[in-house]
Amino acid sequence: MRWHWAAVILVLWALVAVCAPWLPLHPDAVSLTHILQGPGSDMWLGADDIGRPVLDRLLVGAGTSFRVAVWVVGLSAVCGTLLGACAGYFGGFWDRLLVLVVDVFMAFPGILLAIALAGLLGPGIGNLVVALSLVGWVGYARLARAQVLSVKRRDHVLAAQALGTGSWRIVLRHLLPLISAPLLVEATFGVAAVIVAESGLSFLGLGVQPPEASWGSMIRDGVRYMLVAPHLVLAPGIALFLVVLSVNLLGDRLRDRLDVRSQRMTLGGAGG
Amino acid sequence: MPAYLVSRLMLAVWVMFGVSSVVFFLIHWVPGDPVEVMLGESVSGADREALRHALGLDRPLLQQWGAFLYGVVRFDLGMSLHQREPVLSLLDERFVATAELAALAFVIAVLIAIPLGVVAAARKGTRWDTAAMGFSLLGLSIPNFWLGPLLVMLFSLGLGWFPVSGRSGFASLVLPAITLGTSLAAILSRMVRSSLLEVLDEDYIRTARAKGLGGYRVLLGHGLRNAWLPILTLLGMQLGALLGGAVVTEAVFNWPGLGSLLVESIQRRDYPVVQGCVLVISLSYVVINLCTDLAYAWADPRIRLDQESD
Repeated sequence: MRWHWAAVILVLWALVAVCAPWLPLHPDAVSLTHILQGPGSDMWLGADDIGRPVLDRLLVGAGTSFRVAVWVVGLSAVCGTLLGACAGYFGGFWDRLLVLVVDVFMAFPGILLAIALAGLLGPGIGNLVVALSLVGWVGYARLARAQVLSVKRRDHVLAAQALGTGSWRIVLRHLLPLISAPLLVEATFGVAAVIVAESGLSFLGLGVQPPEASWGSMIRDGVRYMLVAPHLVLAPGIALFLVVLSVNLLGDRLRDRLDVRSQRMTLGGAGG
Repeated sequence: MPAYLVSRLMLAVWVMFGVSSVVFFLIHWVPGDPVEVMLGESVSGADREALRHALGLDRPLLQQWGAFLYGVVRFDLGMSLHQREPVLSLLDERFVATAELAALAFVIAVLIAIPLGVVAAARKGTRWDTAAMGFSLLGLSIPNFWLGPLLVMLFSLGLGWFPVSGRSGFASLVLPAITLGTSLAAILSRMVRSSLLEVLDEDYIRTARAKGLGGYRVLLGHGLRNAWLPILTLLGMQLGALLGGAVVTEAVFNWPGLGSLLVESIQRRDYPVVQGCVLVISLSYVVINLCTDLAYAWADPRIRLDQESD
């Protein structure tokens, strides 16, 4: 039953993220009388070091992590899958080149490259998305290529080739639907990884710039006041933890379900 | 074995060449001029050109790339723009600190993960399994930069057992290593569980059980011993994640390692040092992977024979 809670948390996260611009939030409202105030009835989650309401910043931060996650996972999944699927289907020179490039990317820690890139490109959400996508596409490309190699000799693909179907149509209509299950699972875990990476980079001061709110930069600012105002670290951390945990739970469940069903699906696919 | 060794070494050389080139071109491709950063705004154009020439930045890009690669081969990574010191000697000091941290984190991860994974596999489907895997899921979902401050709050500020940050003796190493080790332990315990479960289906396990050997004797002597090899390979791969995580963990605890040097030099736009940090971390990763692969091939003849017959 745990995953019901996970789903509820994720729906809440997405709702808050999408609706944040229309909510009556004041994430940048500095108030000198409220500095480092703990949670209370007038400010549910207290105020930060310059008196801004933590709850409002938390909700805006949800929007930041959601936007970055959607963009990065979208961009890297689409580009990576297409590159990998085409390389696997066509083979030859470009395929070998892709394998060489993927080998290099897989051979050193991706987060390291993302940190270096985000730092050199300069801070900001746009650069963050570029840095994380440049690192992120590799996993999808490798997976898509391996999957295409395993199904491209199936009867229905050969039949489509015999009927003179164009290569693009075969890749998009006959191969991608067959290989989408593992990619979906990969993308789900990818969301968790991107959320952590975004807040991590913002924690290092390389991501979202002040005064914009991100859970990572909220934790970074809060660490200095841990002794007097622990809520500054606890609130964004709990939010981050719950969202990442929910995505991971959902990913686990999705993997278990799709693994079982993918066997049936491929049997049906080969027959039809 | 020689053929496998050669092919594996060639891949490692290619990867190092690729990594250094990717880093080189990224740094030259992103906006931002190191000369501007070094001299500031008030300097005349002629001085700027002189410095540019002295640093070799006015040469064609391909020529600079060649010079850079030639330098890498001779272990010459240039001078720091900020400190006028060779990059290599800067890296040298920091490398020991990071290696210390990574080693202890690794030991902690193995000490947590193996019992957890073995218990989960031995009692598959019971509450023990659920609890162990639940713990692993928690560990996977807590980012380093939150776990670190939480541990500091509890053990440094609350109980006063360990220093808050810095590098002064063994006590200061404990919290960073736990922070860094937890996420690795979480992934590792899942791997131990799944590779052990795979092995436990084999015929020789049934034979051992049929001979009347005890449960834990079969589990550890026959099961874990055979599950060990895939775990070893995955362990090598996960060390990369450990080195990446070290960047964040070092920032949390002000640990003077390669990671904090990387972040500092990014903020100062000290390009040669950034290049050096990325190169050294990647090189350690590649070397570790190479060693695990070779150890694996040495222990399991199927691997090297497979490769040679291709």
